[in-house]
Amino acid sequence: MINSSLRELSAALAQKKISSVELTTLFLDRIEQHNPTLNAFITVDRERALGLARAADAKLGAGETAPPLTGIPLAHKDIFCTRGLRTTCGSKMLANFISPYDAHVVERMNDAGMVLLGKCNMDEFAMGSSNETSYFGPVKNPWDTARVPGGSSGGSAAAIAARLVPAATGTDTGGSIRQPAALCGLTGLKPTYGVVSRYGMIAFASSLDQGGPMAKSAEDCALLLNAMAGFDARDSTSLDRPAEDYTRDLDKPLDGLRIGLPKEFFGAGMSEGVRAAVEGALAEYRRLGATTVEISLPNSGLSVPAYYVIAPAEASSNLARFDGVRYGHRAAEYRDLIEMYEKTRAEGFGAEVKRRILIGTYVLSHGYYDAYYLKAQQVRRLIAADFQEAFKSCDVIMGPTAPSVAFKFGEKSADPVEMYLSDIYTIAVNLAGLPGMSIPCGFEQGLPVGLQLIAPWFAEAKMLGVAHRYQQATDWHTRMPEGWQ
Amino acid sequence: MSLTPDDVQRIAHLARIEISAAESAQTREQLNAILAFVEQLQAVDTTGIVPMAHAVDVVQRLREDRVTETDRRDDFMAIAPESEAGLYLVPKVIE
Repeated sequence: MINSSLRELSAALAQKKISSVELTTLFLDRIEQHNPTLNAFITVDRERALGLARAADAKLGAGETAPPLTGIPLAHKDIFCTRGLRTTCGSKMLANFISPYDAHVVERMNDAGMVLLGKCNMDEFAMGSSNETSYFGPVKNPWDTARVPGGSSGGSAAAIAARLVPAATGTDTGGSIRQPAALCGLTGLKPTYGVVSRYGMIAFASSLDQGGPMAKSAEDCALLLNAMAGFDARDSTSLDRPAEDYTRDLDKPLDGLRIGLPKEFFGAGMSEGVRAAVEGALAEYRRLGATTVEISLPNSGLSVPAYYVIAPAEASSNLARFDGVRYGHRAAEYRDLIEMYEKTRAEGFGAEVKRRILIGTYVLSHGYYDAYYLKAQQVRRLIAADFQEAFKSCDVIMGPTAPSVAFKFGEKSADPVEMYLSDIYTIAVNLAGLPGMSIPCGFEQGLPVGLQLIAPWFAEAKMLGVAHRYQQATDWHTRMPEGWQ
Repeated sequence: MSLTPDDVQRIAHLARIEISAAESAQTREQLNAILAFVEQLQAVDTTGIVPMAHAVDVVQRLREDRVTETDRRDDFMAIAPESEAGLYLVPKVIE
């Protein structure tokens, strides 16, 4: 049961082979057993989950057609506000924060009948690529507990990889769904910017943040995205488009598919094992009827520096709201208002969050705005234009998701810039607002490797189909790490 | 260019984050490393390129000017660190 797909779980629930209460109990027990080792969850609410499961069983038993994901357990990244259930964003600032409202994504998954088990650990305010910046301690990678699960949605990734939950939500500002999916052997999808509402998703860099599904397969992600996506008037950048069925192209053959391979993604910098696994996947795609064509994204090398101006700038503005006045942490001792702000924020934020706020404050400050922020936004347009040009000669772009497999704790945490380069292949996708995915495509020394797929705006269904066909022909996505039975 | 200790204190004050003397040196070193890294943007010719502020070109939606929210003042006040009589309490700002 723990390795079942969402479709299989849905069928088992519909046919009364198992109840939602039984399924929920199974996963809650697994969390209880393994979370002390993995630290993938910050908050688990057993009673709430069982209440939701009983409600789902009532819906399933009522004879009417329940939505397809009814009764299936889910975990949310702890960046999504959940009414009445603690939402920490991995920070001391919000360590005791109980949101008075639900995020749009949380409402949507509730409406879909999914059973929320708890909230997953993450890098503080989603700023990190290793989950080492969480106030609640690092998450361990189930494939090797001496290594990081990736970040920032590392808790979601580790929880699914160890089969503590069948599916989870994540958010991706510069790779935070795709990179942990790669490092934990999962399938994760970042939708086109604006497809999933940011309402109630704690803001990091608003022009880049996008929520998305993480699961074991493309088919699971398609079903989850069907539930997650949708217009929401409360997010000013939510796109008002007709609803789509993201499963519609899953069985579409790959004949004639043109896969673009950016030469910039296949140069030096990726490990030999990653290269071999990615090349193997491309050979499989050619066998399945696709053709590959070399393309160029000439400005993609500038994506990490552009991002580390734009994202901190937006973060410094977004995180100004944490002032110790309306909610969250407040320092115990201060002499006046300014000192209250300064001590509250010094105590409430961790080192990486402070660094990014300071960088953002600097690049937006008087006299530096044009040289840094405006310049980075101009470079952003060049990067986005490269993709538009590339998609003239291909349908989907492929390459590695991350330059290496999961690294060891402490290996990159001393050098911020070294850590930032973990997202070298993923960040350009956020800057351009494109949909991207990571799917498992092999191993290097027992650790999973991710293949990245990048598609034109709103081509999620097609991209999911391209991923699904590969997963029908290979079994990398079915592998489970040992030791979590 | 590289930040001086005074620059770091000025930025920290603008950001309303207290940086202790002990943290200051390492913070300065790390900020300078990040700024040196992003310096490569300066070499790019961006003459005439319109800055891209957002991932998709959308215009701000307008809505009808009517009340859409319910009054949940008590719920929102309940999570404040310090409040009284429906007001947020902060240290005195006017003498």
